[in-house]
Amino acid sequence: MKKDLVIIGGGPAGLAAGIAAKQAGIDDLLILERDGRLGGILNQCIHNGFGLHTFHEELTGPEYAGRYIEKAKELGIAYRLNTMVIDLGMDADGRTKLVTAMNREEGLFTIEAGAVILAMGCRERSRGALNIPGYRPAGIYSAGTAQCYVNMEGRMPGKEVVILGSGDIGLIMARRMTLEGAKVKLVAELMPYSGGLKRNIVQCLDDFGIPLKLSHTVVDIKGKKRVEAVTVAQVDEHLKPIPGTEEEIVCDTLLLSCGLIPENELSGALGVAMNPVTNGPLVNESLETDHAGVFACGNVLHVHDLVDYVSGEATEAGERAAAFLRGELSQTDKETLVKAGAGVRYTVPSRIAVDRMKATQVVRFRVGNVYRDAAVEVWFGDKRVNSRKKKVLAPGEMEQIILKKADLEAAGDLSEITISINEQA
Amino acid sequence: MRDIIVIGAGVTGCAIARELARYDWNVTVLERASDVCEGTSKANSGIVHAGYDARPGTLKAKLNVAGNAMMEQLSKELDFPFRRNGSLVLCFAKEDRPALEKLYARGIENGVKKLRILEQEELRALEPNISDHVVAALYAPTAGIVCPFGLTIALAENAAVNGVEFRLNTKVREIVRTENGYRVITDQGDFESRIVINAAGVYADRFHNMVSRNKIQITPRKGEYCLMDKKVGDYVHSTLFQLPTAHGKGVLVTPTVHGNLLVGPTAVAVEDAEETKTTAEGLSDLLTRAALSVRNLPAKQIITSFAGLRATEAGGDFRIGPVEDAPGFFDAAGIESPGLTCAPAIGKYVVDQILAYLPAALKTDFVAERKGIPNMALADAKERQELIRRNPLYANVVCRCELVTEGEIVDAIHRPLGATTLDGVKRRTRAGMGRCQAGFCSPKTVEILARELGLDPAQITKNDPGSTLLTGAVKDGIED
Repeated sequence: MKKDLVIIGGGPAGLAAGIAAKQAGIDDLLILERDGRLGGILNQCIHNGFGLHTFHEELTGPEYAGRYIEKAKELGIAYRLNTMVIDLGMDADGRTKLVTAMNREEGLFTIEAGAVILAMGCRERSRGALNIPGYRPAGIYSAGTAQCYVNMEGRMPGKEVVILGSGDIGLIMARRMTLEGAKVKLVAELMPYSGGLKRNIVQCLDDFGIPLKLSHTVVDIKGKKRVEAVTVAQVDEHLKPIPGTEEEIVCDTLLLSCGLIPENELSGALGVAMNPVTNGPLVNESLETDHAGVFACGNVLHVHDLVDYVSGEATEAGERAAAFLRGELSQTDKETLVKAGAGVRYTVPSRIAVDRMKATQVVRFRVGNVYRDAAVEVWFGDKRVNSRKKKVLAPGEMEQIILKKADLEAAGDLSEITISINEQA
Repeated sequence: MRDIIVIGAGVTGCAIARELARYDWNVTVLERASDVCEGTSKANSGIVHAGYDARPGTLKAKLNVAGNAMMEQLSKELDFPFRRNGSLVLCFAKEDRPALEKLYARGIENGVKKLRILEQEELRALEPNISDHVVAALYAPTAGIVCPFGLTIALAENAAVNGVEFRLNTKVREIVRTENGYRVITDQGDFESRIVINAAGVYADRFHNMVSRNKIQITPRKGEYCLMDKKVGDYVHSTLFQLPTAHGKGVLVTPTVHGNLLVGPTAVAVEDAEETKTTAEGLSDLLTRAALSVRNLPAKQIITSFAGLRATEAGGDFRIGPVEDAPGFFDAAGIESPGLTCAPAIGKYVVDQILAYLPAALKTDFVAERKGIPNMALADAKERQELIRRNPLYANVVCRCELVTEGEIVDAIHRPLGATTLDGVKRRTRAGMGRCQAGFCSPKTVEILARELGLDPAQITKNDPGSTLLTGAVKDGIED
């Protein structure tokens, strides 16, 4: 089988990318989705709050996904469900991408693709990756797994719950479990600040009287068959538990919401260069990886907090993939590095070719700590070109700045741009 | 009246059961857990030791070399993953060199083949990530790695196919001497048998002491491990041991037969024979010690940690054989490392002793071969096509991290001694053993288990009864 464009993943990123590519004139495209329906993880996000930026109204996850699914169907975009991509490679010609997938109807097949958009999303950090000591009984779930049981299967994973980590899924699940009849006793957060959105702390914890303990972690899990209790302790500034602060909390369930990891196994199979901070591919202004014609968007690229931003980014990736297929994405060696300076953990993109830049370019980034009344600074080489004061900057909220092509052109041969936080500003 | 009862369905009990199955005895295995391979056998290093470690003349030494030699043929016969990757005992200081040479000499005395001491250059060519502090190493090319679940389950399945009865969820409470043998009293009723074989791991002293005046004592010794992502599975190629010194026995760094990287174990005596919990100190200690063996131990790639218990008997050697003051009662006790390696040899050794006590004829219909579950992850493109053609469920990926399909899970449930729990599916197929640690696949696996077993999902457990995964339906207990 041959396709101009193959999109791996039919969640919000893959759908928006597909729609954009189709609207940009790419007809021969195919979305491959491993689940039994399009929409990805949004299908289990039945709470509202999606789409404020995109549609200026509050939608549930399935409603938000539904708008894109409808649009994709209206445009006649081809997709395959229950189809797992198991390998991604490059043909000997160095241009054609080989996407190997399988499903019940077609068995194992390989698609020769002119371009590929990676939109595989992310997974949750597990108990093992956190290396939480204790027994290994039933009743320990990642927040997303619990969300799947509750919202997709209508089943309760537990009755008395402690949640470790205040990521958005954990906060949402604190509320959901409460609404479904469970008692959420505590949300413990290792960091001195929450990793979730402020609005979720208010709407999911405060409104339900669920306590949030910052600078706390789980140091022991009790129960040989089913969780019987967890021990929570305060941590010091090095995030090490402080002896004497342990508190045992009786519960039957421990939910983990301790961060998301982009799922880049296929990117790895292709040998795409990765950013060790995001665990996603390194991309240029066109969201193109170091492999020409392979693009990435959404949570496989870097973890987003709002799906609206995913859709925006994926639209860009779809348009750029279309441009690539039309031969309009010029190959150039002249690139400006975009660097994460003081207080900034990473930027997407990490390099910009001015030639290929649109009039404006969004650069998304996250900060490494909570800052109050600090400035986001943009440096062209050693020259500060912009400084914008922000009341609060937090790791849980993605930030962005917009670069103008005219400014970069005016700066001449610019080797690097740095984005940094100035606390003294 | 049965001929033989085996207590315990760990690797030792299952290896014995499989050897017993060759003869026309009536055999039942009693296991308190809900599956085979639930105790020591499920949480260990998965190493097939070469055999230089044990004191010459001990049972450990003899059975280690014999078991190692049997493993390859057995892995082909029973279709479980095994690979001879070789092992290195690392020496970190010039002054420890005599100890390394002593170990070499002991290996030669034990009959270990192809042993060599490697110097710097050869060592680094073999293992580029080895620590700069290593000065020499004892190389044993015959050492290997095996899937402990794969081995145990294969032995059990093959025993079952050949007529051995397995009674799971059956806890032995008491053993009473009778005129013709023993009455084994369990929470599922009484069993009469001429012979009892005690392969009860950390509980073997309890059963031995029920029938003998010569008491034995088993001390559970806990070992904690960290398992790392397959991304770093080739960080080392051989199994790296540390030469025991005054500072301790050291920990190993090894690839697993499935391609992960494993480090551990610690060794701490515990009182509770079920204390399989990991501890912050233990995990931190083992990572510190493992970091001595390799440069930049990729600790960030840890996907899970676990602890297992070894059954250490006070005498320091295995205790295998008839119990003097209890005719017909045979011990296979104190089976700690290298017990996994020895298991096939222990099976033969025990059965030879039983034959002397209760002669039997070889069965004519014994089936020695067993075929494992077809493995999509390891199959090549053509084999995958063929598997899917025969059964389209092999195209439906349930565990994305380990590429396990619905076809494999259904097979795991319906084969002899099939999986009935989430862990049972995991150990037979690897679903949930990958980097997301069952985050995505567990709801699907629960659904498949419920469907295939005709149960409600709320009845599906992680392992033993009580380890319920779901507590009910949404809105339970909410008043309108």
